[in-house]
Amino acid sequence: MSIGHTLLGLLESGPRHGYDLKRAFDEKFGHDRPLHYGQVYSTMSRLLKNGLVEVDGIEAGGGPERKRYAITDAGITDVERWLATPEPPEPYLQSTLYTKVVLALLTHREAADILDTQRSEHLRMMRILTDRKRRGDLADQLICDHALFHLEADLRWLELTAARLDKLAEVVTK
Amino acid sequence: MTPPPGSLLAAENLHKVYGPTTALDGAEFSIHPGEVVAVMGPSGSGKSTLLHCLAGIVTPDSGSITYGGREMATMGDGERSALRRSEFGFVFQFGQLVPELTCVENVALPLRLNGTARKEAERTALTWMERLEVDDLRKKRPGEVSGGQGQRVAVARALVTSPRVLFADEPTGALDSLNGERVMDLLTDAARSTNAAVVLVTHEARVAAYSDREIVVRDGKSRDMERIV
Repeated sequence: MSIGHTLLGLLESGPRHGYDLKRAFDEKFGHDRPLHYGQVYSTMSRLLKNGLVEVDGIEAGGGPERKRYAITDAGITDVERWLATPEPPEPYLQSTLYTKVVLALLTHREAADILDTQRSEHLRMMRILTDRKRRGDLADQLICDHALFHLEADLRWLELTAARLDKLAEVVTK
Repeated sequence: MTPPPGSLLAAENLHKVYGPTTALDGAEFSIHPGEVVAVMGPSGSGKSTLLHCLAGIVTPDSGSITYGGREMATMGDGERSALRRSEFGFVFQFGQLVPELTCVENVALPLRLNGTARKEAERTALTWMERLEVDDLRKKRPGEVSGGQGQRVAVARALVTSPRVLFADEPTGALDSLNGERVMDLLTDAARSTNAAVVLVTHEARVAAYSDREIVVRDGKSRDMERIV
């Protein structure tokens, strides 16, 4: 999963401090793997260097300076591009897809479009495998079947998520 | 959206309402000769209604369907029936074979209804049964064959008139995956060899993987993924 894109997506709803970003990330996506502070700050400095975020304000306090980050237009375009690009069809990509769907809902984009685009990409790969299977010998058939079953499992998850988008929107935006 | 040039069957802005339920809400569709198009979508999304409209079984409330460049709404009932008998073939999920007839009589039935003599009709039927690898079942009745075999007999019957469009609504829905794949292998091979277009309604990705492209129907609206991507 791309932490940079996820943090950028979270910034779309308004400027935040690094600490708030980490908290929002952990709450929405980091159930079993919360972010380290170091990851947040190194990611933010990279995004800053690339012009995808800017510093919106600095709070001086007793401890270290607290920077408040805002997403730039280039950052919004980057999130847009990431959400619209399907993931390579490979097993266990649910966490990335889940993140994309939730971010689309949070930023009022069409989450169903992400699922449709991903379905199409999976089917493209399944067509290639089905064709290879039809032309191949038994070994080819078994190898392709293994990949096909995994892709099919992804698609079943994807259909179920598509059917639950309204409910998911209620949960993540409340 | 205007259908792409060269479409054999195309639909634009289809609407269909059943009582309080909107089945189609601006759906679009197009298919070329020799193309296999999967129509996907969740249950109740409108995909079967779309297929029924395209096949002239159900009349849409509004919108346009053209077949071979001709507007279907301008055809009379008789002409539409003739189209369904000779230009279109149908495969459904369940119960399509006449239980009292043998398998070869079932396959020959569409030709018999079009006026072909029995011997000639059964000869043609048998060549299709060979292609679908069920010619050894010719004397059996549907009750005596397995689900997968029966479905292959049904595919042979759907193709016996050499239709230009084959409509398949969940054709493997009642089969296990091995039998389902065999049916899809034979169905798509046979359709491609005669340059027939196949409208394949399915919710199964493994079945849709036999198509050339897919359209997704949701809430009565369709998305043609190829034209979007």
